[in-house]
Amino acid sequence: MTPSPTQTEERTAPPAGPGAAGPAADSAADSAAAEGTPPEESTATQPAEEQEPVQDAVFDLQDVSVRYGSFIAVGDITMKVPRHQVTAFIGPSGCGKSTLLRCLNRMNDLVPGASVTGELIYNGENVYAPDVDPAEVRRRIGMVFQKPNPFPKSIYENVAFGPRLNGFSGDLDGLVQQSLERVGLWSEVKDKLKESGHALSGGQQQRLCIARAIAVEPDVLLMDEPCSALDPIATLKIEDLIHQLKSTYSIVIVTHNMQQAARVSDRTAFFSVNIDDHQGMRTGRLVEYDRTTKIFNNPAQQRTEDYVTGRFG
Amino acid sequence: MSVITDQKPQDPPPGLRSRKRRRVADPAFRWFVTITGTSVFIILAAMVVRTTTEAWPIFQHQGFFGFLTGDRWVSGGSRSDDPADFTGVYGAWPFIYGTLVTALIAIVLALPLALCIAFYINQLAPRRLRKPLSYTVEMLAAVPSIVFGMWGLFWLVPNVLRPFFEWLESWAGGFFLFEGPVFGPGYLAAGIVLAIMILPIITAIVREVIAVNPMDQQNAAYALGATRFEVMRKVILPSSFSGIVGASMLGLGRAVGETIAVMMLIGSTKSWDSSLLQRGDSMAALIASLFKEATPEGVRGLMAIGVALFLFTMVINVAARLLVWRIGRVAGDAAV
Repeated sequence: MTPSPTQTEERTAPPAGPGAAGPAADSAADSAAAEGTPPEESTATQPAEEQEPVQDAVFDLQDVSVRYGSFIAVGDITMKVPRHQVTAFIGPSGCGKSTLLRCLNRMNDLVPGASVTGELIYNGENVYAPDVDPAEVRRRIGMVFQKPNPFPKSIYENVAFGPRLNGFSGDLDGLVQQSLERVGLWSEVKDKLKESGHALSGGQQQRLCIARAIAVEPDVLLMDEPCSALDPIATLKIEDLIHQLKSTYSIVIVTHNMQQAARVSDRTAFFSVNIDDHQGMRTGRLVEYDRTTKIFNNPAQQRTEDYVTGRFG
Repeated sequence: MSVITDQKPQDPPPGLRSRKRRRVADPAFRWFVTITGTSVFIILAAMVVRTTTEAWPIFQHQGFFGFLTGDRWVSGGSRSDDPADFTGVYGAWPFIYGTLVTALIAIVLALPLALCIAFYINQLAPRRLRKPLSYTVEMLAAVPSIVFGMWGLFWLVPNVLRPFFEWLESWAGGFFLFEGPVFGPGYLAAGIVLAIMILPIITAIVREVIAVNPMDQQNAAYALGATRFEVMRKVILPSSFSGIVGASMLGLGRAVGETIAVMMLIGSTKSWDSSLLQRGDSMAALIASLFKEATPEGVRGLMAIGVALFLFTMVINVAARLLVWRIGRVAGDAAV
């Protein structure tokens, strides 16, 4: 299966030096975003591997580790998540990819015993700084879950929930319609907005959940295996939707489905589990992070190649 | 391991007809369960029929609505069961009022508190405090009501409630619910102790209901930027609505039927006053305090009170069902 790169950028030779990355590399994203955000120049800390540096990062992780009690679920992650692109986290079960995803918007705060060390910078602000309000973080960084989880309320109320919560004062009907249109659900549900969200099919429910997430106008969308409970046709619709949404949102998606990662993402991070023989501690590590086309066609690490070709994991 | 065998085939598997033991046990069990299951109807019917026939002459003597709305209660000494011979006056209103206001005070005070305690135990309390806290709540539910009554009468009323009532009377005494003079025991004292008594059962049930609230919906709300309080108010409470109503009904049922503690705290007078600071009596407490010395006619009067009490709880139950059915649908309770 050949991955289909979503951006038709020419695969120029990866620039070796930091900061000197060709402007073509992330141009599509840059032109769409860049609302006053200074271009990232601090790539000097990156190990000089043959990675293409991220130009405009929405997240900048420095040695991020997530612990549950004394157990290190995922350790020493240093990576940059690009703005207005789709970044996929792949890897075997237990490698900490979902854990890392959930720490990006501080959902892990809700898990007892969870703690995060290292620096997690979102748009120049440390997400884990003591004076940061986690609720505000989550409002900006929305999340779509593995299992569609609409509220047991009407379709309309599901979408209106977030705006109401955040004191939206404006045309709520318009916002609901616009959000449902963006996920391609409006034509299917416009005559039954008062019906329960649970009356929809699984795929429709998941799109409703995405509509609910984007109704609060977030900046980033985190998706935790959003298609794993859906049939192939519903999955395809969600993937199309992800393509459309990335012009407006930065998207991070965790997936078990490698074809899906290849189809939807611009960059892919491959995680794996390191097992400490002495303590039996299983810690998730970032093995390789690069352009999706490179990860799937020409990975730098043997472990990555083994995984993406199905020989391991 | 090889599965190839050269053994002769075993006995053929047993036929489709059931073995003897089950042929006997199964129908017997079914009959037993059917009888016990339907016996609830029989018990209920027997109770309703018996008390109503006993009370019937009183209703004839007073008229049913006269009985419910009359505010005088004087037992007569007649031994006959002919209403024409009755010499007493039977007005149940003071006791209906007593039951109504004490139960209302109890539920109004206990429900919000129970919600707060349950929410604290479930969501905010440190993990190692949760178990001890919920055990304590359940233990509080097991304290016999006579103990609550004694504690209320000999400690809470003189030390806490009386000063509070005096302040209340001086501040709002002009309002018909808080007119003096202050005695101590009375509707409000009984209601407050009842609130403490029904708090544990409501808390325990609400805690269970909150605990089974689906985590994924809470997560969805958190991911939209909701705070803990908002998740509680907008996700957990609406979808736990029917459970909370159920818990309240159990609490209310206990408050309505509670006898001994109310008897000790309500002040036991047969006269009626609307002020919550006054003494009165409740239906259950009246029956308990009068039945020993009652004449045959008086017993019929108390039976009539029992019928009224039963009707009262039935109305509460039906109202609760309607409430769950009406509001639960609107609030989106998954259980409705």
